[in-house]
Amino acid sequence: MKYMMFVCTDTEPETDDSLVPDVDVWVTENDKAGRRIEGSELVSPAAATTVRVRGGELLLSDGPFAETKEVIVGYDLLECADLDEAIEVARAHPMAWRGRIELRPFA
Amino acid sequence: MTDTARAVADAGVESRPRIVAALIRITGDWTLAEDCAQEALALALERWPKDGVPANPGGWLMTVARNRAVDVLRRATVERRKLEELAMLASTEPEEVPAVDDRLRLIFTCCHPALALEARVALTLRTIAGVPAADIARTFLVTESTMTRRLTRAKAKIATAGIPYRVPTGAALTERLPGVLAVLYLLFTRGYDTEGEPAFAEEAIRLARLLRALMPGEPEVSGLLALFLLQHSRRAARRDADGNLLTLDQQDRGRWDHAAIGEAVALLPAQPGPYALQARIAACHVASPSDWPTAATLYDELYGLLPTPVIALNRAVAHGYAHGAASGLVLLAEARAGGALDAYPYVLAVEADLTARAGDVERAVSLFERAAAAAPTEPERRALLTRAEDLTR
Repeated sequence: MKYMMFVCTDTEPETDDSLVPDVDVWVTENDKAGRRIEGSELVSPAAATTVRVRGGELLLSDGPFAETKEVIVGYDLLECADLDEAIEVARAHPMAWRGRIELRPFA
Repeated sequence: MTDTARAVADAGVESRPRIVAALIRITGDWTLAEDCAQEALALALERWPKDGVPANPGGWLMTVARNRAVDVLRRATVERRKLEELAMLASTEPEEVPAVDDRLRLIFTCCHPALALEARVALTLRTIAGVPAADIARTFLVTESTMTRRLTRAKAKIATAGIPYRVPTGAALTERLPGVLAVLYLLFTRGYDTEGEPAFAEEAIRLARLLRALMPGEPEVSGLLALFLLQHSRRAARRDADGNLLTLDQQDRGRWDHAAIGEAVALLPAQPGPYALQARIAACHVASPSDWPTAATLYDELYGLLPTPVIALNRAVAHGYAHGAASGLVLLAEARAGGALDAYPYVLAVEADLTARAGDVERAVSLFERAAAAAPTEPERRALLTRAEDLTR
């Protein structure tokens, strides 16, 4: 199954930095195992543009889709056998420790 | 209910989870599995009165449900592999189906932490225990259609999010087991509440037995089963003829289920897990009178492990009985200090009881009356008012 892994910040992270995994190790390992298809960091939400069409009219707005303090700062596209494998991959990502990660399966 | 209808109902309770679990394993389709089990039971209701109850009712139901699934899948022309597996199953005797493994797999899937806790309990009740959605809705205080929607959403999430249908292994099993035990505990509590559905408690015990048969070396599983058996052993003695609640020392011990108590005592683990400790505390009340000093020590240990306000409250009670009402009142004041117990309806009852035993009758009477006003159910309210009246007599 394909999972989109949204890497999100957390406004009040509680972490012990000595325990947080290294992101480069995470990328290398999961690329090698074929579980990470691609991924990237994203620039700050200040550069986001939200696109909507309402009543046939294109509405563009500045910024992310919702007022929120936790923002998506990256994504990784995963190929995993099931949710448990995706959770194992996500838990080893540093942002599961410093922020939060949302796993969303592809339809 | 006619004898045949009774036979169908019994076979349904006994076989339905096994059939559903086996069909889910093979088809991966929860709704199909449940529908086919339901249709098999409906057919039994139609056929058995005419043809007689078959020698192996469970096997009969499994065969009908499986054939129904084959038909549906064939018509839907799903993957070849699933049909092949079904064909293989069709050639084996029902007794050879690894029923226990299937049900354990089902428990771990229903209790997956990616599902909301309430969805886990509801799904366990519906899929493993076969409880009708209407009954589950009643205990969760929602309408039947709301509960049906929640169950449908949970099943859809299992399929679309890729929640695997298996018992996890290694470290994942250790991580997931407490979640499964928590769902069984919640299930049991729903059955044990004053206004609960007693069948839920029976189901929780049945599932805990199943879990223990498969994980005999897990002390917390044994602890949970022992705890259930001890609590449940007193069910016949908890009320008097008028339905009033009786405290432990008022209960007729002759009406306790001593076979269940014996089984529980043999299960008691020595390890200090939360359920093992609670089971050992429950076992302190098997003796007559209750062994309060041991219970108080075990509560200290449990509170060290799980420092929750409710455990702090129970610890105060145990110390109050073991070492005098005054020490209980001191611990009660500590438990209430944070304010977390302010809305908990039993705090006043505990304070009233400790105050009465400390000898302050006037204050105790007023506390019992306030506790009665805060009691969540009518039998509890009556029991507390009786205590107040007894003190003024």
